[in-house]
Amino acid sequence: MSTGILLQLAQTLLAILLAPLLMGWVNQCRAWLQGRSAPPITQPYRTLKKLFHKDAVIAHNASPLFRFAPYMIFACMALAAGIVPTIANDLPFSPAADVIALVGIFALARVFLALAAMDIGTSFGTLGARREMLVSFLAEPALLMVFFTASLISQSTELPVIVDTLAHQEFAIYPSLAFAAVAFWMISVAENARIPVDNPSTHLELTMIHEAMILEYSARHLALIEWAVALKLFTYSALGIALFLPWGIAVQGDLAALPLALLAMVAKLLLGGAVLAFIETISAKVRLFRAPEFLGTAFLLAVLGMLIHFLLEV
Amino acid sequence: MSLTYHLQIVNLLAALLLLISFAMLSQRRIAGLITLFAWQGAALAASTALVAWSTGQHHLYYSAALTLVLKVIAMPWYFFRVVKKLNVDRDVEPMINIPTTMLIGIVLVIFAFNLALPISELSGTVTRSTLGIALATVLLAFLMMITRSKAIPQVIGFLAMENGLFFAATSATYGMPLVVELGVALDVMVGVFVLSIFFFQIRETFDSLDLKHMEKLREK
Repeated sequence: MSTGILLQLAQTLLAILLAPLLMGWVNQCRAWLQGRSAPPITQPYRTLKKLFHKDAVIAHNASPLFRFAPYMIFACMALAAGIVPTIANDLPFSPAADVIALVGIFALARVFLALAAMDIGTSFGTLGARREMLVSFLAEPALLMVFFTASLISQSTELPVIVDTLAHQEFAIYPSLAFAAVAFWMISVAENARIPVDNPSTHLELTMIHEAMILEYSARHLALIEWAVALKLFTYSALGIALFLPWGIAVQGDLAALPLALLAMVAKLLLGGAVLAFIETISAKVRLFRAPEFLGTAFLLAVLGMLIHFLLEV
Repeated sequence: MSLTYHLQIVNLLAALLLLISFAMLSQRRIAGLITLFAWQGAALAASTALVAWSTGQHHLYYSAALTLVLKVIAMPWYFFRVVKKLNVDRDVEPMINIPTTMLIGIVLVIFAFNLALPISELSGTVTRSTLGIALATVLLAFLMMITRSKAIPQVIGFLAMENGLFFAATSATYGMPLVVELGVALDVMVGVFVLSIFFFQIRETFDSLDLKHMEKLREK
């Protein structure tokens, strides 16, 4: 049991510490692909360090919620990162929430972010919050459908059981999972504010969604939010790996498999980050009013995956 | 799952076929539509060849080769030429907007799967579970023909429907006799040529490929 708790702590800390590195890697790949000279891979750490050393500036009419929100968002993301199996399966934390509750944790963080954005009363904050809600209320059902497809195969909504069924049982090709994987990719692009739904590096008022919400934040609050954003990307990547490429995640109590699991995770994340940067480079940002169509397609794919599961795999 | 791996791959290709049908439904550009049609043909040829290999039905190899030559290489090439000549590769808004079309598509898929379930029980082939997908592909292609007003997407919808029927034949009865398949292939080819002559005629008469203009044709 105590090894389990230690392992859980190690995995959560690893996720929190590695998350900015993944962000740095994606940014670096993007810069290379776009022919710019890339920032060092540790750039997100430097930004965080710089932000933590600054003094926070807060608007006069900010309510306590505005100060509290960054901590809440960071805590939600850290919790989510602890639940998703990255290197070891079936840790003591995982029964705390199944995939449906995980969607709830993401939603909680989003609600706080949107409320904090509207709290100051600037038009940008409100605009960003509304857009974020538009995107997320379309992405959430699609995400649930993806999870349902995976749970139909493994007969459980618990992540450890899903990973165990897919990674450690007899290998089989599931066409439904292929659909779910494409849908999941589209959803995570939308949820993590990446191209083609949102551009993480823009500050153009017509197009920004996520950036518009955090314009009022500075110093340590901004650092926590940036860190939470990196953590969210990491958690979604880990979730995608756990659902669709789970090979290599160590089974419960198998300490000897851990180094290999760590290596496999790093390799998968490097590959995933490079693919994300590549797709971002070759695609253009769509108009905001095309975002429902984009997410509608994701929902459709996830539903098709479920239907195909009933047709071909039962 | 007790299926062998190549049958699992056939299932995967069947799923891919359905996915491409939906992609075609949502595609706005004609060039993209033609590329998707070529991919659909490729998935069809691959799955037919795999079924041939796993069941030892040698005539299916010929069908696969025929599909590959005709639907992956010849027809897309010909369509690209026609599009270039007619200069019509622009965004076309379909008559029903795309999200709605997709939702109708999902309903059609559920309908097709339910319809195919009792039929596939009757069939004795190993690939019978993909019959529902074949039926869904046919219905989706039909939907595409209904919702598009331009001539070329309609013809591509017609050809996609033929793809679906071909896949249905493969999955339910291991394909039709070779003579029938050759006849169908010839029919489709001739059909495409005749229709492309129509394209040019329609274009000459109305200055556009929009078939709505045909409604104005009346005897005087």
